[in-house]
Amino acid sequence: MNKTLRALGWGMVGIVGAVAVGAIALRRGEPINALWLVVAATCCYALGYRFYSKFIAVKILALDALRATPAERLENGRDFLVTNKWVVFGHHFAAIAGPGPLVGPVLAAQFGYLPGTMWVLAGAVFAGCVQDFVILLFSVRRDGKSLTEMAKDEIGRVGGFVAYVAVIAILIILLGVAALIVVNALKASPWGTFTIAMTMPIALLMGVYLRRIRPGKVLEVSGLGFVLVLAAIWGGQYVSQNEVLAKIFTFSAPALAILIMVYGFAASALPVWLLLAPRDYLSTFVKLGTIALLGVGIVALHPMLHMPALTRFVDGTGPVFAGKIFPFAFITIACGAISGFHALISSGTTPKLIARETETRMVGYGAMIAESAVAVMAIIAACVMQPGVYFAINSPAGIVGQAPTTAAATISGWGFPVTTADMQALAHAVGEQTLYNRTGGAPAFAVGMAHIFSHSLGGETLMALWYHFAIMFEALFILTILDAGTRVARFMVQDALGHVYKPWGRTSWYPSILGTSALIVGAWGYFLWQGVKDPLGGINSLWPLFGISNQLLATVALCVATTIIIKLHRAKYAAVTLVPLAWLVAATFTASWHKMFDANPRVGFLAQARVLNAGPMTSSTARVIFNNRLDAAVTGVLVVMVTLVLVESARQWMGILRGTREAPVKESPFVKTRSVEERG
Amino acid sequence: MKALLKQVRRGAAGIFGALSEVLKEVFDEAAYARYLNRAGIASSREAYAAFRRECENGQARRPRCC
Repeated sequence: MNKTLRALGWGMVGIVGAVAVGAIALRRGEPINALWLVVAATCCYALGYRFYSKFIAVKILALDALRATPAERLENGRDFLVTNKWVVFGHHFAAIAGPGPLVGPVLAAQFGYLPGTMWVLAGAVFAGCVQDFVILLFSVRRDGKSLTEMAKDEIGRVGGFVAYVAVIAILIILLGVAALIVVNALKASPWGTFTIAMTMPIALLMGVYLRRIRPGKVLEVSGLGFVLVLAAIWGGQYVSQNEVLAKIFTFSAPALAILIMVYGFAASALPVWLLLAPRDYLSTFVKLGTIALLGVGIVALHPMLHMPALTRFVDGTGPVFAGKIFPFAFITIACGAISGFHALISSGTTPKLIARETETRMVGYGAMIAESAVAVMAIIAACVMQPGVYFAINSPAGIVGQAPTTAAATISGWGFPVTTADMQALAHAVGEQTLYNRTGGAPAFAVGMAHIFSHSLGGETLMALWYHFAIMFEALFILTILDAGTRVARFMVQDALGHVYKPWGRTSWYPSILGTSALIVGAWGYFLWQGVKDPLGGINSLWPLFGISNQLLATVALCVATTIIIKLHRAKYAAVTLVPLAWLVAATFTASWHKMFDANPRVGFLAQARVLNAGPMTSSTARVIFNNRLDAAVTGVLVVMVTLVLVESARQWMGILRGTREAPVKESPFVKTRSVEERG
Repeated sequence: MKALLKQVRRGAAGIFGALSEVLKEVFDEAAYARYLNRAGIASSREAYAAFRRECENGQARRPRCC
């Protein structure tokens, strides 16, 4: 009876999910309610978790609850520690949830709500969750080894080297793009800049409080920091209204770029306890709270989506970024569907905390479902706005014109009516001077989030506060990634340089700290500067570059996973990782080809360089030409390296399947879990 | 009815307990408690400074996602 009831229940979930997906996919010409997306997502995730992840756990990975994990065998109370599965879940989710699932879906909303939603749901269930789950389990079975170590062991030295270079490349491009998003959100915004500037003394105060006044009381001081940040947001409106203060906190994009680079360098070189750790705590506190609040707000308000299912920009002429729906939707939305970066976390801290192999399913597959749900929220936030407003915020001046009347006329001419009066009223409501040309996704997400929050809590009068809360939330998120990312990249470079000259590898040697910090900040600062000076807004060229490098890392992770599955003699199930791998290769390699060689100068780096080269040459034109060629070269190098990994992996697979190559499984030997022995 | 209420209370306590444990772990309070336990010392400025020193390298290397 129970079995029949369960089957009926899951059947109902399937039917409701199919109806919701059908409603999203087939409704045309009229706004739909955001609840359709929420229901479709809930059903897809529930079915994916219950059936697909179970299938992978039982048939492919053969999770073994009796096998001791590294957390148990190598327990040292620090890195390796048997931890409650919900705690590991929280830890893992806090590490994988960055600004990517918020920004990518907002940018991809230029195609309409349908492509992004479908890719986020299908991509997460069949690709992203699978990648995170299998890499986590394979790392658990290898004493918590990292992706680069597993690539070296299972595919060969080329795999390890490519994974290492891809990680560095992603970090640098990611940090450059992330900084650009902050610059675009804060330029000419005294309120936003004041709020973010205040988070620095607040973080320093938290650091001193933690170290001197109440040692170790992190939750307490994070709560205090949060209250102070709210006070800073409240105070920001008075700064923006005061002529003198507003002038002090109003910066141009290049000035903000320089300030952020100085900040990145300082954060990388300062002691962790003083700035980085308290800011990380504050950011995590705000992140978890805001995501939960946004989920509640969407369900409570269940707003209508005004963006059509598909816009005219599926043809590749979009103003936010140029390129057709395939492949560009699939590299623009990364973290909400599949992200190679997650493989680093699944093979980083998390495998060292897992108490039982069986828990990898809930942590690996489950946390990625939660991340994907955040991406669905971002799609909703972007699509609740009138499309004309969305395009006015996200389109660069180089496309729609600098003057508000020209921009409004251009966007209205595309069939998305918007007036200068609408935009002026909206800017006034959120406490900004203007909302035109605020590329990067963050301001659009903030307007959408403020719209949802202000309709659920506080009404229109609090719209400006909610908007700046959202900007603060995103900028805090991103600055945390900037300082932590710069530090991580610094350690990786120091590790590598240590092989050349030993003292460079010492992480406490100041010449090495300063030199490598400057190297990393200089590298991402270069991309940031390139974006700030780009007449098309920077995001058009840099976000695809980030998406390509991130998805290429996912390609490496899926190569590792497929190789191990074949070595485990489960080749008949290899499609579970091989199909997402094939899809990623198709999307990423096509996108790379377009970004390098497309004849349209808005898409192809080299085409744009050629067009500029044919026109009048100034120093700034020469710089843009060089940047385009550099971006093409970076893309080309990444593609060639990942091709080498693919070829090397394919040789392994063919050799194993033909029986001409040995397939040693490099797992740690089986040790029975202590808890079973204790139970007798 | 009483039994049901008791069950609900126990369930709610379980959820809040798990949530509190997650937060303490995410915010490193649990790690600090373990450190104090392992070193057999009480919480103090010096103990916290030593704890931070111990985990700084490990934490700084921890990747944060996009």
